Amino acid sequence: MKSLEELRALKAKVKNDMSLRDGADDTRVVVGMATCGIAAGARPVMNAFVEEVSKRNIKNVQVTMTGCMGLCRLEPIVEVIDKDGNKVTYVKMNAEKAARVVAEHLVNGHVVSEYTIGATAQ
Amino acid sequence: MLRDISLHIHDLTENSIAAGARLVTIKLVAENGMLALEIGDNGKGMSPEMLSRVEDPFTTSRTERKVGMGIPFFKLACEQTGGDFKITSEPGKGTELRGRFVIDNIDRLPLGDIGETVGMLIYESPDLHYIVTLKTSEDEFVFDTDEVREQLEGTPINDFEIVQWIKEYINEGVLNIFGGVLDEIT
Repeated sequence: MKSLEELRALKAKVKNDMSLRDGADDTRVVVGMATCGIAAGARPVMNAFVEEVSKRNIKNVQVTMTGCMGLCRLEPIVEVIDKDGNKVTYVKMNAEKAARVVAEHLVNGHVVSEYTIGATAQ
Repeated sequence: MLRDISLHIHDLTENSIAAGARLVTIKLVAENGMLALEIGDNGKGMSPEMLSRVEDPFTTSRTERKVGMGIPFFKLACEQTGGDFKITSEPGKGTELRGRFVIDNIDRLPLGDIGETVGMLIYESPDLHYIVTLKTSEDEFVFDTDEVREQLEGTPINDFEIVQWIKEYINEGVLNIFGGVLDEIT
């Protein structure tokens, strides 16, 4: 049985360098989390992004959420916005695709074209 | 439609977050053959006029389009088991809703991953105060983010290691409280 006291031990492990950064140069990963997104599976997608970014110890990425992006039939939708405001829109995402976007796009800088809205919407 | 109760909790709590709530209480109570989900917040509330229209799918606060399915879906999910739904709200005070499912009805949605829902809600809105209660007539489990913050002493609650621990902690609570009560919890 877990107890809240375990958190005291856990927090010693947490690398608390968040406060040293202002986040201004971060890439943002924005997950649509309205009813349409949630129904289509946005929660595991968000969980996968958060988990992969944490596991790989990637520091310059913020995972956030937003409401309906107005394209419900293409949910779950994820936007990746770099520090200059350039945006890539990924559609019909799932947890496996999210892991690949983290590895190829966020780590190596290569957009996963086959998951983007341009490749899927036709 | 949303495929399990945890997704409804996530969806309905997004309404509380959008309403500017500082405190959200999420309560699951299994008693007398019924499973009740109660969500309360201290957000901006709704006018009687908005409240009277909120169960209508053609009512929404979003601006991208003119439909809002969250509450109608949840109400339908409850009522199709023989359960019920009610919502009350007061401008400036907050909103409370309760939906009840008949546990043994074939159309009753499974509970789903309550830990992941609460974990992701905390990740999204780390400054909110969440109180999650799981209850039967015999037993009770309460998770309170203020108690977590007390242990963390300033370490961010939305660090993934902490969120992961919270997910496991809550799902252990689900197993302890609802194991043997809801068929899908084993």
